[in-house]
Amino acid sequence: MSDAGMLDIINNFLATKGIYSLVLILLFLGLYGMITSNNYMKKMMAMNVMQVAVIFFYLCFAQKEGGMIPILDGITTDPALYINPLPHALMLTAIVVSLGTTGVAIALLMRIKETYGSVEEDEVLRRADK
Amino acid sequence: MSQHFPVLIVLLPLSAALLSPFFSYLHRQAGKWIAILSLVGAFLCSVGLLLQVVANGGEAIHYWMGDWMPPLGIEFVVDPINGVIVTMITFVALCSAIYSTPFLKKNNWLYMGGYYTLMALLCVGLSGMTLTGDAFNLYVYLEIASLSGYGLIALGGNKGTLAAFRYLLIGTIAASLYLLALGFMYSMTGSLNMADLSVLLQDKMDSPLIIMSIALLIAAFGIKAALFPFHGWQPDAYTYSHPGAAPLISGVMSKVPAYAMLRFFFYLFGAQHLFVQHGLTVVGILGALGIILGSVMAIAQDDFRRMLAYSSVAQIGYIGVGLAIGSFYGLIGAVLHIINHAFMKGSLFMVIGGVRYRFGEVSISKLGQIGKKMPFTVFTLVVAALAMIGIPPTGGFFSKWYIMLGAMQTEQYIYVAVLVISSLLNAIYFFRVLENVFINPDPGLKELNPPTGKLELPLQMLIPIVVFGIAILALGFCNEMIVDGIIKLGLPEVFVR
Repeated sequence: MSDAGMLDIINNFLATKGIYSLVLILLFLGLYGMITSNNYMKKMMAMNVMQVAVIFFYLCFAQKEGGMIPILDGITTDPALYINPLPHALMLTAIVVSLGTTGVAIALLMRIKETYGSVEEDEVLRRADK
Repeated sequence: MSQHFPVLIVLLPLSAALLSPFFSYLHRQAGKWIAILSLVGAFLCSVGLLLQVVANGGEAIHYWMGDWMPPLGIEFVVDPINGVIVTMITFVALCSAIYSTPFLKKNNWLYMGGYYTLMALLCVGLSGMTLTGDAFNLYVYLEIASLSGYGLIALGGNKGTLAAFRYLLIGTIAASLYLLALGFMYSMTGSLNMADLSVLLQDKMDSPLIIMSIALLIAAFGIKAALFPFHGWQPDAYTYSHPGAAPLISGVMSKVPAYAMLRFFFYLFGAQHLFVQHGLTVVGILGALGIILGSVMAIAQDDFRRMLAYSSVAQIGYIGVGLAIGSFYGLIGAVLHIINHAFMKGSLFMVIGGVRYRFGEVSISKLGQIGKKMPFTVFTLVVAALAMIGIPPTGGFFSKWYIMLGAMQTEQYIYVAVLVISSLLNAIYFFRVLENVFINPDPGLKELNPPTGKLELPLQMLIPIVVFGIAILALGFCNEMIVDGIIKLGLPEVFVR
């Protein structure tokens, strides 16, 4: 295969699936971090990475090439020229929810640290079993 | 007025939740009464709504928020099945709110106000999840229910905090997976309204995105409903949650996601499609494994609450099996079991909460001769235990009976075998409890809160306990009325088999 053909394939992949692969990698990085890390704080941060990946996913499929921001400017009302604003609005809600979840998680983590003197999972579990 | 019932079910507890800390600051008891009154209002609204739906002959009631028409606006849809489930949710929430008052008598105003805020918010989240006709709205209510659930579990003490944090991590994964599944469905159709989605998705049911969505939905609702093998968070969370909130958390919080799964698979996708059937088979296999494993693990526990938690894994398995059978009787059994289980598990957690309130004891081996001191509580314990095993005429018998009938009719004998084995295992661990209660000698427990009058427990605790005991019997005696009069009206038109 020639270099140009290879480049085409790569270009094509990046144009159609590139961003989604990155989002997928981000999602699984978050899940991997939640499963493997031993520190509750790091688990929580990995949880945030995973939530952000889902938010990116919505924003990616709302995107449209050549679309402009969805504001009524009096020039055109053709929906094909605007990007879809609904996923952005949904993700505003999802961001608020993830903020709330993080807040509750940090509050719980502070109590865990107060009670058990550590946020390392094996340490906390050992002290909790006593 | 009556046309606003659907939104009032959510709105009344929501406003009470926000007002409760403020009123608690003014007067220590005021926040409590606001929350309880709002739950009474929500319960009356849901009963009114259920009667309306049944009087309509099962025709669904639609409520459009701010009169924005679907598919653009958010709507609440009430059909007979979610009408009866939302009635159950508000009733259990009301009873737990009344039941938990003696546990809080030593706490300050902030704790009281915060507790009732979380309690009312949990009711809001769960009833919203059941009523909503908008798929993204379901996510928001799911998170409201989850966040208040984490709070109520964390109120149970030091181990409760740890259990709540671990549940938070895995619960957030579930919510994110649901959001991802919704993203796939939205990008295919451009709609979020469930009724609209179900129409638009019909000719796209062989797309790979649908396979992904079904897998993600099983994982997401499986985690939330503690379906085996996603149940890792559940025993700790049920065991260490606040004793007053445990009936609501254990009885209802994990059943509503199971109902959401039923709604997605049977009403939104439609069960005649191949991939949905495969998904349901997976749910059935996981449910059957969960029934056996949960029952075996329950036998091994000495902590009464932990035994109940593992038995919940088995009970959610029954619902999964009922969905997987997917025939007329299988679905009736699954819905009936959602209702029955809320009362059975709720009353058992109320019983052990009462014993813990009076004696500070939760292990099964120390319950000897407790019936002499707490006769009413033990009456409910016996009724609920018999219902869990599935002995007629209690409610638990009939839901198992319908599930078995469905399995027999569709010739899936493996499920029949699993159900029979699990009934025997249930009998082992509940008869062990009854043996301890009636035969073992009195271990001489120390009274933490000795009764003041003639009654064994404060009246606020005793009434919900006895009401739940009677409700289990009533569900058994009236099962024909519930099935014929309500559930049959709302079943989907297509079945798997």
